[in-house]
Amino acid sequence: MDDFLLRALLAGIGVALIAGPLGAFVVWRKMAYFGDTLAHAALLGVALGFLLDINTNLGVVVVCILLALLLVAMQQKQRLANDTLLGILSHSTLSMGLIALAFMETLRIDLMSYLFGDILAVSNTDLYWIFSCAALSLIVLIIIWRPLLAITVHEELARVEGVPVTWVKLALMLLIAIVIAVAMKVVGILLITSLLIIPAATARSFARNPEQMAVLAAAIGCIAVSGGLFASLEWDLPAGPAIVVSAAILFFSAPWWLKLKRAKK
Amino acid sequence: MAFAPSVKTTNMDNKILIEAKGISLALEGKQILDKVDIRLHKGEIVTLIGPNGAGKSTLIRIILGLIKQDDGQVLLAPKLRIGYMPQRLSIDPVLPLTVRRFLTLAQRCSESNLVDALTEVGAEQLLDSAMQTLSGGETQRILLARAMLRNPDLLILDEPVQGVDVAGQEALYRLISTIRKRHGCGILMISHDLHLVMSATDQVLCLNRHVCCSGHPDKVRADPSYVALFGNTAVLMPYNHHHDHSHNAHGDIIQNKHKDCQHG
Repeated sequence: MDDFLLRALLAGIGVALIAGPLGAFVVWRKMAYFGDTLAHAALLGVALGFLLDINTNLGVVVVCILLALLLVAMQQKQRLANDTLLGILSHSTLSMGLIALAFMETLRIDLMSYLFGDILAVSNTDLYWIFSCAALSLIVLIIIWRPLLAITVHEELARVEGVPVTWVKLALMLLIAIVIAVAMKVVGILLITSLLIIPAATARSFARNPEQMAVLAAAIGCIAVSGGLFASLEWDLPAGPAIVVSAAILFFSAPWWLKLKRAKK
Repeated sequence: MAFAPSVKTTNMDNKILIEAKGISLALEGKQILDKVDIRLHKGEIVTLIGPNGAGKSTLIRIILGLIKQDDGQVLLAPKLRIGYMPQRLSIDPVLPLTVRRFLTLAQRCSESNLVDALTEVGAEQLLDSAMQTLSGGETQRILLARAMLRNPDLLILDEPVQGVDVAGQEALYRLISTIRKRHGCGILMISHDLHLVMSATDQVLCLNRHVCCSGHPDKVRADPSYVALFGNTAVLMPYNHHHDHSHNAHGDIIQNKHKDCQHG
C-alpha cells in the first residue's frame, strides 16, 4: 500500500472512531443542524488561523467554541426557534469565512479541499493531530458518558439528581468543535455532519443499549471510510464524497442486513 | 380531638422539610406567582391544585432550584435528599434504553436495590423492557422508582397520574400513600383533581398565582375560592381568600381521613 493511502486510511479511521460515539449523542440530542452550523463556521476558523498565523486546527476549534457560546447566549435571549437561529448563524458564518479567505489575495488556498476534504493529502503532522485529538476526545467522552446520557434523557431530572448540566453540555460542545476541526481534513466542512450522524443512525437498528450504539457507530464509520477510500482509488472518485456515499449505502442497506440476520435465526 | 393550629406542635415527625415564603415570579411581564407561602413537614403529603397556568409547576421548579424566583426565599432542610418525578418524559426511539439503564442513569445501584424499587412500585416485570414501549401508567411507575432509588427524604411529584386512566390514577395515589407510610418521607405533588387525590393528601394548597386557600381537603373543597375555581361555573372569580394556617398535627399519618377535624 502506498504511504499516502495508508495515511489517508489511518486519518479516516481516527476520525471515525470518535465521530461515531459522539455522533450518537448528536443523533440522540437532535443536534445534527447544530453540528452543521459549527462545521460551516469552521471556514472562518481557517481564515482566522491564516490571519493570526496560528495552526488552522486551533483556529477552527476557537471559532467553533465561540460560536457555540454565542448560540447558547442567543437561545436564552431570542424568541426565534432554534433551527432559525442555527440557519442564520450557519450561513452567515460560512459566507464570512468565504469573504475572509477571498481577501487574502496573497494566499493561495485550495478552497475545494476545505469544503470537501483532502484526505489523500494528509500529512504525518495531520495524523498526530487527528489521533491525539481523537484519543483525548474519547477519554473525555467516556468520563462524561453517564451524566451526558442522563441529561439527554431528561435534563431537569438530571439537574435535580446533581448532574452539573452546564459543564457537561459545554464539554459536549467542545468535543463537537474538536471533531469538526480534525474531520475537516477528511471530508471537508460541508460533509462533516454526515460522519457524525450517518454511522450513528445506521447503528441504531442493531443496538440494544446506548453503549452498543456508540461502538457500532465507530465500527460502521471505519467501514465507510475504508469503503470510500477503496472506491476513490478504484474508480478515481473524490475521496471525501466517496466516504459519505459509502456511509449512506451502509445506512440504506441496514434494514436488509437486519432482515438477513433475523432470517438466519 | 384537639389540634394546634400553629406549626409548633409536639409531633415527632414535625421536622420542616420545605419552608418557602413570599415566592413571587413574573415572566415577560406576566405575574406567574404572587407571594406564595408553602411549608411541608416530614411524613406529610401536600398537594398543589389549581387550574392550568396557575403556577403549580413553576412553584415546584423554584423549590427544586431549577428556576430562580424574583422575590421570596426557599429554605430546605439541610442535606435534604429529593426524589423528583417530572411531569413528562419522552424518550426518542432513536435512543435504545431499557428500564434498567434508565434507573441507573443518575447513580449506580445493586441489582437487589433495582428489583426492590421496581417491586415497590409494582413494575418488577419491566426491568428489561425498552423505555419507549411502556404505557403511560408504567412510565409513571418507573419514574417513581427512579425517585425512590435515591432514598429520598422528600418526594416531589409533578402530576404523578398524568396520562394514566382513572382506575390507574387511584392505584397510583394509593401507591404514593403507601410509600409515604413505609418510608416516612414528605411528599409534595401536583394534581388537577381534588376528588381522586383526597384520601391521599394531608394538606391541599389551592393555587391560582396566589394561594387561594389551603388546608385539609375537606375544608378546601368547601372553600368559596375553591368552588369558584373548580365548581360548576368554571369561571375564574377574582376572589382573594387567604387562609394562613397549616395542619401538621394530623397525628398518625395513616389517618388522613378525619371527618371530625374542623380547621379554621
